[in-house]
Amino acid sequence: MQFLIDNFPLLWDAFLTTLSLSLLAGVLALVLGTALAAFRVSPIPPLRGLSTFYVETFRNTPLTVVFFFIIFGLPQIDFSVGFFTGSVLAVGLYTAAFVCEAVRSGINAVSAGQAEASRAIGLTFGQSLREVVLPQAFRSVVPPLGNVWIAMVKNTSIAAGFAVSELTASMQRLSNANAGELVLVLVAVVVGYMLITLPSAYAISRVERRVAILR
Amino acid sequence: MSAPVLFDVPGPKAQARIRIGSAVGALVVLAIVGFVLLRLAGNDQLDPQRWAVLFDPASGVPQALGEALLRTLQVALVGMVFATLLGLLLAAGRLSDHSWVRIPVTTVIEFFRAIPLLVVIFALFFILPSFGIRLSAYAALTGGLVLYNMAVLAEIFRAGIMSIDKGQREAAFGIGLRKSQVMTLVLLPQAVRRMLPVLIAQLVVLLKDSSLGFIIGYFELLRQARSLVEFFIPRFGDQYTFQLYVGAGLIYIIVNVLLSQLAKYVERRGRRQKATVATEPIRMPDENAPTTTGI
Repeated sequence: MQFLIDNFPLLWDAFLTTLSLSLLAGVLALVLGTALAAFRVSPIPPLRGLSTFYVETFRNTPLTVVFFFIIFGLPQIDFSVGFFTGSVLAVGLYTAAFVCEAVRSGINAVSAGQAEASRAIGLTFGQSLREVVLPQAFRSVVPPLGNVWIAMVKNTSIAAGFAVSELTASMQRLSNANAGELVLVLVAVVVGYMLITLPSAYAISRVERRVAILR
Repeated sequence: MSAPVLFDVPGPKAQARIRIGSAVGALVVLAIVGFVLLRLAGNDQLDPQRWAVLFDPASGVPQALGEALLRTLQVALVGMVFATLLGLLLAAGRLSDHSWVRIPVTTVIEFFRAIPLLVVIFALFFILPSFGIRLSAYAALTGGLVLYNMAVLAEIFRAGIMSIDKGQREAAFGIGLRKSQVMTLVLLPQAVRRMLPVLIAQLVVLLKDSSLGFIIGYFELLRQARSLVEFFIPRFGDQYTFQLYVGAGLIYIIVNVLLSQLAKYVERRGRRQKATVATEPIRMPDENAPTTTGI
């Protein structure tokens, strides 16, 4: 126990790094993913193609490879990003593809009558998406989006391989401790992740119940 | 609701606007691609001779990457086989009638689903040695993949078995089959057909996750590319760094795209077959997303 108390500042910093990495990447993924989903259903073919291409590419690329391209590839076109910024970009861009799929499934779940009615009263594509379809779509995709968020929090662990000292990296850092202490470190790291995922899961189910539409 | 419901069939004016939009959109994409190519060319990264190293057997690069691809596939396949077997056992345990089986099994499944895969791998790689069990990078990576994916697959199997019409189960009990017979003769054969696309999609996830070997030093594609780079730097400097990384990354992407297409094909074929009509399409228990998604 003394070992954990001694290393508490390190673990706490690691926890905060994981948390801020998750939050920043989450915002990026949500914004980009929603835009991609709107592209995917838009009347303009190149935008649809772009969005499909983006989603198919990122869904089939290992996150480690995305990290690789951003941290070692971007400098080749004269953009250098720090390890933390690079990690936010990698996790965010990768997760955006999954957010797009989730939002799109939500758009598909909105009944066709809603979109037809909004067209009938003369709303444009942008207006009907913003005012009618997306608000309903988001309500029905709370659970899948929540799962994407939880998977993303777990995926931030890969930043440990790219010099970001977040929770998983602290396991590696403290791995020269003795056996009993190491198990405590493992427990601390697992608890750290659960401190983020369990309240999230609870909040998601609350929000889901509050915003659900009865059809 | 398909896309065209969202907008009217475009009239002449709207068609003109769409054409303008298309042109602008295409221009923006081209501009980005052109910008990247220009920057790359500015850094001499597009020199064909630099890319030739990827295909020149004399440099040893194609062989090394080929072996790395085999090692990557090996981890994914071995992981998939063991994860499937253990996943089946766990799914059966979770569906068991005995609470002394069901509760521990549920705990194991939920535990491994709740923690990041890399934490499992690190635990095997950094923590087991202090208990005197020293695992190679290969064993730690495969072990981590098996432990993590058996939990995920167990949930998929459970969802698949539960998706089968309950009349099947009742009829099987009605003609006097035992519990194990109902499972192995009636439920599983139907569930497996339904689950095949999800299983292949999970293999894509496993293949993607095998890239974590990079972090603990297993020589899969990325680590192999890194070591080739380290080998080349004293001789040629940074000349081939970018090309090797791009090459390794592209191999990953191509193999995964092919597997994903296979999953989609199997799914389409399965939908046409009569043998699967008794089942609903399976969703991951907590996922509305299409079945071929794996994050």
